[in-house]
Amino acid sequence: MVNRNINESQLNDYLMTIEMNKAIIDIKNPVLTIKDLSISYEKGKYAVKDVSAGIKKNSITAIMGPSGCGKSTLLRAINRMHELYPSIQTFGKIYLDNEDISAIPSIKLRQKIGMVFQRPNPFPTMSIYDNVIAGYKLNGTRIKKSRKDEIVEKSLSDVVLWDEVKDSLHKRGTFLSGGQQQRLCVARTLAFQPEIILMDEPTSALDPIATAKIEDLLVELKKKYTIILVTHNMTQAARISDLSMFMYLGELIEYGITKSLFTNPVNKKTEEYLTGKFG
Amino acid sequence: MGKIRYNKIQTDGFSFRLVKNKVFYCFVIFMSMIAISPVVFIIIKLVIKGIRQINLNFFIDNAPNTLEAMTAIANGEIIPGGIANGITGSIFMVLLASVMAIPLGVLTGIYLSENQDKVYANIIRNISEILQGVPSIVLGILSYLWIVINITRGFSAFAGSVSLSIMMLPLIIKSTEETLKMIPSTIKEAALSLGVPYHKVIFKVLLPTGLGGLLTGILLAISRVLGETAPLMLTALGSSVINFDVTKPTSAVPLLIWEFYNDPNLLDLVWSSSLFLMGFVLILNIIVKKMANKWVYG
Ligand SMILES: Nc1ncnc2c1ncn2[C@@H]1O[C@H](COP(=O)(O)OP(=O)(O)OP(=O)(O)O)[C@@H](O)[C@H]1O
Ligand SMILES: [Mg+2]
Repeated sequence: MVNRNINESQLNDYLMTIEMNKAIIDIKNPVLTIKDLSISYEKGKYAVKDVSAGIKKNSITAIMGPSGCGKSTLLRAINRMHELYPSIQTFGKIYLDNEDISAIPSIKLRQKIGMVFQRPNPFPTMSIYDNVIAGYKLNGTRIKKSRKDEIVEKSLSDVVLWDEVKDSLHKRGTFLSGGQQQRLCVARTLAFQPEIILMDEPTSALDPIATAKIEDLLVELKKKYTIILVTHNMTQAARISDLSMFMYLGELIEYGITKSLFTNPVNKKTEEYLTGKFG
Repeated sequence: MGKIRYNKIQTDGFSFRLVKNKVFYCFVIFMSMIAISPVVFIIIKLVIKGIRQINLNFFIDNAPNTLEAMTAIANGEIIPGGIANGITGSIFMVLLASVMAIPLGVLTGIYLSENQDKVYANIIRNISEILQGVPSIVLGILSYLWIVINITRGFSAFAGSVSLSIMMLPLIIKSTEETLKMIPSTIKEAALSLGVPYHKVIFKVLLPTGLGGLLTGILLAISRVLGETAPLMLTALGSSVINFDVTKPTSAVPLLIWEFYNDPNLLDLVWSSSLFLMGFVLILNIIVKKMANKWVYG
């Protein structure tokens, strides 16, 4: 019905498109635009249905919703990791800085849009050092040793891991604790200086202390990067995200400023989910 | 009254169970000793009978002929000569077989693990399993028909290594597939999410990660074929001299053992050659075990 762009300075005074029970915020100058995206693994069954949304630069956007609602599928579509499933069908478009991502070679796209997974997955055969520059190494990109050192130190410092590992850079990455491994995995994606970092439940395999560290890290990282975070942990979303999406049965039902979505959800399903009635 | 009875039964049952446990425990120990005793006897027998013959010459001399052996025995000396032609022949043919079987086996294994449920992959997997069950003598006959008759036109090292490589293939395919399947898919995803192209993910991430398992499979396949005699009889035939020509007949340690066995004068060499072969395979197996412990996915 109403469709107006939000005023950056007063995020609370926004209006949303409210249409058939969906309440979707309009993001001004989005870094990423998802347009009418539908994805199906099997013919006639949609894992993601008609999702349209913009992603705000230098913010943390949380994606929530009950299990199986299509969060991971949506997230993977953003750096085209979903194409790994050969029978998958995708409709609609995603634009990164107004460029259709299907026109960007997947190598380049994935360097611009990095991804961190649920379980820490450093390369078990590589040292900490090599894990950080794994993207360059594996792609066969030649860079100078001094430049490599620079990237490794910068990336590890960005994830607040440098001091802990600077004396054991040539040990295997798998010797680190789970939380350290996950920060190493974040560092690995930072090595490319991506624009966007996608995270699929990055703390669900970690203990509370390691989780808190990652959360602090994300808040710090959003100054330089845009973060999209799938999480089952509602308090986590409430704590660190600026914007929140709520998905249900593949549809994006509600998308708004985290604070208002949590305190004053528009959609009934969102409210039920947030109050723990299902999920 | 009832309570006391109950307690009594309980205690009796308990001690009876203890005895039962003990008996069963001893039984298990006894049976496992019976099970491993052949290995122990073989090793002891081989060492006692064979160690006498093992000296430097054993490794650098070719196999002696009957006459030399007979003279030595008549003089109460140990049989001169060694099995250098067999050792070099075995190593040469196994290397040649590996050069053929490893790339093909590893690539097939990769294909199978990356395409689990494809019809074509299932067909290949089944064929490979059938191949594993084919008696080695049949593979020897096949190699005889293909290579000895048509290609080298005579018994040859090449024909021998072809039959060995066909034996190695299913083992390598299987171990490669199993190893790669064990690597968590998240590691592959990590590489793909860094924009690494698929083929590089396979060769630079999956293979190095599974290297321990791959090498284990390869070494096991090698130690399997090292002792094969039947297929070599029909293909490599044997030779009294060291040979590195792929088109010429070549000896191998198990072939020599067979020849020694058939010659009463050379019978003593059976023991030392068997000891050597057994030791060699044992060392390979120990290396495999060590490696499997060291690597992440093995
Ligand atoms: N590889 C696949 N093949 C077929 N269907 C799939 C596949 N992966 C996911 N699906 C289906 O797509 C739908 C969405 O799955 P998705 O993994 O995106 O959900 P999710 O929101 O991430 O769930 P969770 O919170 O459990 O991680 C589900 O119905 C699921 O069954
Ligand atoms: Mg998921």
